[in-house]
Amino acid sequence: MTTGKVPAPSRPAHVLALEGLGRRFGAVQALKDVGLTLRAGEVHALMGENGAGKSTLIRILAGLDRPDAGRILLDGEVLPPASPAAVRAAGLRFIHQELHPVPGLSVAENMHLDHPYPRRFGLVDWPSLNRAAADALGRLDLERIDPRRPMSDLDTGDQMLVRIAATLIGGGAAWLYVMDEPTAALTNAEAERLFDVIAGLLRQGAGVLYVSHRMGEVIRLSHRVSVLRDGAVVSSGPLSATGQTRIIEEMTGRDLGGLFPQRNPARAGDVVLRATALSAGPLRHADLGLRAGEVLGVAGLSGSGRGALLRALTGALPRRAGTVELDGRPLGRTPADVWAAGVAYVPRERRSEGLMTRRAIFENVALPHLSGLARGGVFLDDRTQRRIAADIGARVQLRASSVTQACDELSGGNQQKVLFARALVGRPRVLLLDEPTRGVDIGARFDLYRLIRGLSEDGVAVIVASSDLPELLGLSDRIAVMRDGHLAETLPAEGLTEAALLARFYHEAAEAPA
Amino acid sequence: MIDTLRRFGGMFGMIAVVVFFAISLPDTFLTARNWLNISQQISMLAVVAAAMTVVMVMGDFDLSVGSMASLSGVVAAALFVQGWPVPAAVAAALAVGLAGGLFNGLLVSVVGILPFVATLATLTVFSGLAFIVSGGRTIFGRDIPPEFSDFARGGPVIGTVDDRALVLPNLTIVAILVVFVVWVVLEQTSYGRRLYAIGGNREAARLAGLKVVALRFSAFAFTGVGAALAGLMYASRVASANPTQGDGLMLTAIAAVFLGMTLTRDGQPRVLATLAGVVVLGVLDNGLTQMRVDSYVRQVLVGAIILVAVGASALGRRGLMRQSGR
Repeated sequence: MTTGKVPAPSRPAHVLALEGLGRRFGAVQALKDVGLTLRAGEVHALMGENGAGKSTLIRILAGLDRPDAGRILLDGEVLPPASPAAVRAAGLRFIHQELHPVPGLSVAENMHLDHPYPRRFGLVDWPSLNRAAADALGRLDLERIDPRRPMSDLDTGDQMLVRIAATLIGGGAAWLYVMDEPTAALTNAEAERLFDVIAGLLRQGAGVLYVSHRMGEVIRLSHRVSVLRDGAVVSSGPLSATGQTRIIEEMTGRDLGGLFPQRNPARAGDVVLRATALSAGPLRHADLGLRAGEVLGVAGLSGSGRGALLRALTGALPRRAGTVELDGRPLGRTPADVWAAGVAYVPRERRSEGLMTRRAIFENVALPHLSGLARGGVFLDDRTQRRIAADIGARVQLRASSVTQACDELSGGNQQKVLFARALVGRPRVLLLDEPTRGVDIGARFDLYRLIRGLSEDGVAVIVASSDLPELLGLSDRIAVMRDGHLAETLPAEGLTEAALLARFYHEAAEAPA
Repeated sequence: MIDTLRRFGGMFGMIAVVVFFAISLPDTFLTARNWLNISQQISMLAVVAAAMTVVMVMGDFDLSVGSMASLSGVVAAALFVQGWPVPAAVAAALAVGLAGGLFNGLLVSVVGILPFVATLATLTVFSGLAFIVSGGRTIFGRDIPPEFSDFARGGPVIGTVDDRALVLPNLTIVAILVVFVVWVVLEQTSYGRRLYAIGGNREAARLAGLKVVALRFSAFAFTGVGAALAGLMYASRVASANPTQGDGLMLTAIAAVFLGMTLTRDGQPRVLATLAGVVVLGVLDNGLTQMRVDSYVRQVLVGAIILVAVGASALGRRGLMRQSGR
């Protein structure tokens, strides 16, 4: 693990200057007069709520979109706009949060997807292909990754590191890495490995433009922070001058106070949901009792069974053994049974597992509840669906022009609110949330945390699986720790620290699981 | 203006086709009699394409509809030969369609074979069965009861032109009913909304509690019955049945659905848009035939027009996306 940020080297190298960038989409001014200076050798954090203009800025930087105003200068020379090739030649590389690896190909082949394979006598020269990949991995101290292994053997974190290493292949000296929410899909351990690699890149004189919602990471990694709000830079400067609370205020334009709402005094209700010796996928013999009105956090390393516990309860993962009871009655095995019984689920991947992105908000909200909202259970009543979606949308503070808007026009935070609205339509007894605030801006997070707490006060039992430790500690009443497929222990969240919780992830339990 | 052109470009193209034929064939094209004739010519295609829309809404395909239409026609004809009464033979042929559709649904949703592969295999199976049932021969003449073949020839009189009765063909009425039923099912029921949800994101639909396996299963059964019905309509119209007569319907039906998709705002299959696609293909066929365009040249022209329509729509959509910055 790294100890912290690497000091910026004194010798200045390349400088990329953005001057007066503007971009308008119809009536929306996505960017106005944005100026930023990005230097080699330092990490420049870019923060802002979803919809603040970060994605537009990155697209313009990448040469995928043409600004209406302004210019980009590399060491004083103007870069041609909207030219990905010029951007690449200028030494910029882009690491997106959504990796698109080709799982069947080897690590080395994945690293060469953008480059010609080395050839000998017209055939692929496999030894030098693998050697080039190994060299690139070695430059980032990733010798442990064998370039001949299939990409599918690697976890998401390593796949991202391979993607970064791939930018070292094929000449053209890269010096500025634009990372768009790189840790959104990573576990803590995977993120640590990424930070090590970022430190290595800095030592080699490269710079990073680091886009993230996660305050802790930004404070730890960055030399400089810029905050975008409504398309304009509201502040830009060295990190030391910009404290955490100020960054939050600048991003949202309001004082959030505590991000997490007060816990309600332990009102332990009756056990609503009980799992006994539940086994499914990587999950083995999990015992769980969830009480009405409590928020149970589920913590653990990636692959510990953290998400599998929720997927087993919802029926998304076929149950191998064990029983699940809701109010003392057996709970069905398929997602259809589980929804019908009053257990709602917000899946981890909102785009691939949650939303029909091209369809309207109200259709997405109504989906699990269609029969109940239809006339005679059969004939659609879109007016009722729209009214209910609008009511619940207001309750989750969904910001959209209307409930007929397509979901892919919404920001990540608002998409997540659509899934929460879907979960709440049927007045669930139990709410299962898998990474509920992943890739969600801090304003929307605040709304969701208050919503979850409010629901638990109304007696809804909530389970939150998350890789975000401050979130688990701030939101949960109790925290279940998963280790190696077992639900190892359950701890009260009150008074627990991040360090103490993290230590439990690795702890080899000698005592019987709670 | 550009937006309007992109959005309604397909519609303008269709109107242009009609105007072109109206000018080229001033005496015959824009007459009630010709349009009633077109409506009968396209009635089988309309039924198959509407049934195809049901599975394409889920992002699936059914390549076996053409050979299912052939099979149902020869099954009915073979039962006529055995002396079955018309209603019983028709019901049996529709039951064959239901069974074939359920078999497709079983392969696709329960076994999990890709629809392309599964229905390509059943296309061959149904086609083979059609040859076995018919003995490879065309069943015609006295073997086909007149009640059956008269159905396609008849229909309610809706007026007179030049002292000759204008007849709304029974086949047209059947097609309109089928399209209406499919429209109600897809657009007005929660069942249809669920099928669209599966097309939108199958995994999300499953995790939101939709019974995806059962829904796909039933949708394929629906398509099988539709294909069988079209086969019966065809057999009635030509008063005969041979084991290949419905085979051409499959590709044309898929083309009609794709043409229709170019007309919808979100590029989704919609049954009324499919019907518009069917009408365009029918009008093209009718107009070009009247202009005595050689049938092979006609094939080339129709294929080219489909490519132009679908290609222009794809380019237009990309332009729209670039404009909205996504």
